Amino acid sequence: MAAEPAISAAGGTARALAATRRTLSLIWSSRRGRIGLSILVVFTLAALLSPVLAPEDPTRDFGSEILAPPSSDHLLGTDGNGADVLSGVLIGARVSMAVGFAAAIISGVIGAFVGVVSGYYGGWIDRTLTAIDDWFLVIPFLPFAIVVATALGRVADDWPGGRVTLLIIVIGMLSWAGTSRLVRSQVLSLKERQFVERAKALGASPGWIVRKHILPNVMPLVFANTVLIVSATILAESTLAFVGLGDPLRPSWGTMLEKANDSGAVATGAWWFFLPPGIGIVLVVLGFTLVGYAIEEIVNPRLRERRG
Amino acid sequence: MSWRHVGSRALVALGTLAFVLVFNFFLFRAVGDPKKDLIRSRLTPAAKEALLKERGLDRDKLTQFRIYLSQTLRGDLGTSFTSRKPVLDEVLGALPNTLMLVGVATLLSAFIGGWMGVIAASRRGSAWDTALTQGSLVFWSMPFFFIAIIFIWIFAVKLGAFPTGLKSTPGGPTSGFAYYRDVFEHALLPVTTLTISLLAQYTVVMRATVSDVMNEDYITTGRAIGLPARLVMRRHAVPNALLPFVTLFALNIGFVLSGAFVIESVFSWPGIGDLGIEAIGNKDYPVLQGTFLVASAAVIVANFATDLVYGLLDPRVRTA
Repeated sequence: MAAEPAISAAGGTARALAATRRTLSLIWSSRRGRIGLSILVVFTLAALLSPVLAPEDPTRDFGSEILAPPSSDHLLGTDGNGADVLSGVLIGARVSMAVGFAAAIISGVIGAFVGVVSGYYGGWIDRTLTAIDDWFLVIPFLPFAIVVATALGRVADDWPGGRVTLLIIVIGMLSWAGTSRLVRSQVLSLKERQFVERAKALGASPGWIVRKHILPNVMPLVFANTVLIVSATILAESTLAFVGLGDPLRPSWGTMLEKANDSGAVATGAWWFFLPPGIGIVLVVLGFTLVGYAIEEIVNPRLRERRG
Repeated sequence: MSWRHVGSRALVALGTLAFVLVFNFFLFRAVGDPKKDLIRSRLTPAAKEALLKERGLDRDKLTQFRIYLSQTLRGDLGTSFTSRKPVLDEVLGALPNTLMLVGVATLLSAFIGGWMGVIAASRRGSAWDTALTQGSLVFWSMPFFFIAIIFIWIFAVKLGAFPTGLKSTPGGPTSGFAYYRDVFEHALLPVTTLTISLLAQYTVVMRATVSDVMNEDYITTGRAIGLPARLVMRRHAVPNALLPFVTLFALNIGFVLSGAFVIESVFSWPGIGDLGIEAIGNKDYPVLQGTFLVASAAVIVANFATDLVYGLLDPRVRTA
């Protein structure tokens, strides 16, 4: 008896592993997916291993050489404080990607929830949620995010994770509108499908139908969309950090670019300070976009010929 | 287009504006606490007391809200903490610079980007198509400010061809042809940066919709009766692909404004973005609130206008 849950849990893990392997091999089968996945694997490893890989602590180890070009001591030179740029890029990968991931997950969860509720229940609930959704689609993201992050900055300093947590919440809360719209239209078409009608006729409760019939059919779409959203959230984090709303204790790539711009690295042509974090952002965003497209093509085969 | 359509859109716009107004107050006065910021700063108790009184923070929240509403509706956005000038003057002074940057870049990027999309779609699978599609993807992945940094580095610092920032040379000419030339030279890099940042999505959307339209029967018919490919493209494919393009144009206004914000900051271009981002560092809340209010109002008005244009363009919307 006691062994049973363990066995079924192991079976579940095995099934999940098999599904993951199947998805990965499907992504790998397209050229775009292959490029994207390779980029992401490299950067994820770098981010995860950054505490080990980074030669120095970029927030503390300030050398005497300021804006020194690449050398054997500092492979990517030093920044405006004399800290090692390579270490900064590695640690920055961790912060940038963590914020991007977490914010995208928040946005995916809210988007899926709002989309399912609004599509499935219809009526005034749908109208209200769609109006809110419309609003979130048109507000100018950056001014909005800036005022929220500024107004709450002091409060967030006492939170675990500090301003990084604040950025995650702000970005996540502001980027779900597209997802919910997508999910809503999918739910609207699912609702008319026979298997849902049949379940309804047999007396299934709305909760049961949503759990058993709607969600399993919506989740792949949400997943594909969330991967695409990560590229947008990483860009958003870099922008907010660049305008000075990052966490100085947890510097991301955007924070590095802000420091590069402020310390005159651009004006003096200290490319080793601003190119690496910038290229990091571009590659990771590109990676998520490519993988997102690849997953979207698997989920929605009709797209295959259109994008081809 | 029915008056009902206009009325309902106007109502939505007004409602959104009202929400922004209320949100702007509560975010700073209720959730964030300007009093605490003051108390933490190093001022004598008497000076703090005076500042609190001057900024109206000594009254209860409801009275503050009433005063805020009536002042804002009369166009009084408060006084800047740093420059001590009325916020409205500062914002209105900066607005034309932003509108110029945004306006020129939006038009350029829509035309060039749309045109590139048409080229890509009419030569599907060619080297041009591949180059344009892949290029768009890479530019789409670049933060606006990073493109700005690269441009300053290459064109202003290394080549010395353009100034690195500001709108005109300090102490330079202030009127006549020499002045406009000076402003033009200063504007060239920021406008180019914003244009390039926005190009990609127009290319991608135009390529996708023109490709879709090209599969329609009437295009095949046009080609079959012997009309030249260019003519079919210009007369039949492109006009029918314009609607999603207009939608993107509308949805983009907020996005463009966000882009202009950072680009202005990198180039020290004296627009509302530069004003707002400076205010973050200075904790100049009235200026920050003012720029947010004006930016939101601009987007809301622009969206309302696009809704109306859309209604004129698409017969299906008129009745809906």
